[in-house]
Amino acid sequence: QGNFFDEFQMEGVAAEHNEIYLELVPENLSRALKTAQSAKAVKIKLTNKHCPCLRVAVELPTLSSSSRIVTHDIPVGVIPRRLWNDFREPSVPDFDVSIYLPVLKTMKSVVERMKNLSNSLVIEANLSGEMNLKIETDLVSVTTHFKDLGNPPWASEDECESSAQGRDLESMAEARIDIKKLQQLLAGQQVNPTKALCNIVNKRIVHFILLHEDVSLQYFIPALA
Amino acid sequence: LLQAEIFQEFAVQEESVTFRINLSVLLDCLTIFGTSSLPGTSTALRMCYRGYGYPLVLFLEEGGVVTVCKINTQEPDELLDFDFCSTKVVNKIILQSEGLREAFAELDMTSEVLQITMSPDKPYFRLSTFGNAGSAHLDYPRDSDLMEAFHCSQTQTNRYKISLLKPSTKALALSCKVSIRTDAQGFLSLQYMIRNEDGQICFVEYYCCPDEDITEAEL
Repeated sequence: QGNFFDEFQMEGVAAEHNEIYLELVPENLSRALKTAQSAKAVKIKLTNKHCPCLRVAVELPTLSSSSRIVTHDIPVGVIPRRLWNDFREPSVPDFDVSIYLPVLKTMKSVVERMKNLSNSLVIEANLSGEMNLKIETDLVSVTTHFKDLGNPPWASEDECESSAQGRDLESMAEARIDIKKLQQLLAGQQVNPTKALCNIVNKRIVHFILLHEDVSLQYFIPALA
Repeated sequence: LLQAEIFQEFAVQEESVTFRINLSVLLDCLTIFGTSSLPGTSTALRMCYRGYGYPLVLFLEEGGVVTVCKINTQEPDELLDFDFCSTKVVNKIILQSEGLREAFAELDMTSEVLQITMSPDKPYFRLSTFGNAGSAHLDYPRDSDLMEAFHCSQTQTNRYKISLLKPSTKALALSCKVSIRTDAQGFLSLQYMIRNEDGQICFVEYYCCPDEDITEAEL
């Protein structure tokens, strides 16, 4: 909290559930924040005049001493407590392989080209720091090989044996995923993350974790049938 | 036309190898690492073809990352042979490409044809279009700085479907020189000379037949 906000006041639904779940159209919020790029200050309030809204008030610098305030009212839907379970953050799956991602720029270029050639892509990786991206169609097959990526050390807990333990280092865990989803994930990365890795559960799901300073982004892409 | 010298290593076992391949797939594979090259990085390419029925295999490497592409080949089509013979050329002009680039970029695309006039007399070299707004004529004098060679023996006016010539503007953009030749039937040969980063030269050739819908009376 302290890192991001100068002031932070919030009261959730109840003391034990000090959270508010809101649903909104991302395009509206991003447009409002675009005006805030050179702002002196930004204030965000949850209001309920005619309907629940996120009021984003952007204070913009002007040549004179008085400031200019631009206000955006973004309609939001408040999610009732009985549905909160649907939005629970998925837990880190019991993965087969965990590996650091290659340079995102290279991965982005390759995936963009592959998107022109195929709808799905197979991502596979092993515990020897090797990752391959593969597509195969009637016209063409393309495989990109990444090496020396390194595998993150996950502290093994004595109680639960993760699938990764005792695993042959060369053996690949793979998943076939929708290329568009992977391409959207990569396209959204404007800045290089501090740490980027992915966990693969063989033929089930790929879990991407991108860490930037104080923010972590997690993407879960399920495997195609 | 890429000469063997452009390649660092070139080994072909048979007299000539022909196959048909999907062009957009080939382009996507060749640019798998992206189209903008950062200074200091280069992409290495190795192309292999085992023979009839086998795919064309491309190995591309950039910054330690290797991509292998296997593109399925198809039966080659009959190559359109216009039988354009260098010895039967009636008119020939060699121009510096920068002179033509602006002209081609501004061609009136509402015109169905591009009319090319080549003559030992005025207007020497004229490009004309006949679009919705009217007709446009672009003249190049024979003593222009852009004119590297001018060998016109006969006055010829030919029309070509503009949609057929428009793709050639890509080659025009990359080239330093272009040679424009016509034969007695009005067949057009455009040869673009392209110099790549290493200073090597390759050529792109376009052949186009004249638009037959035009009667003598119109000309």
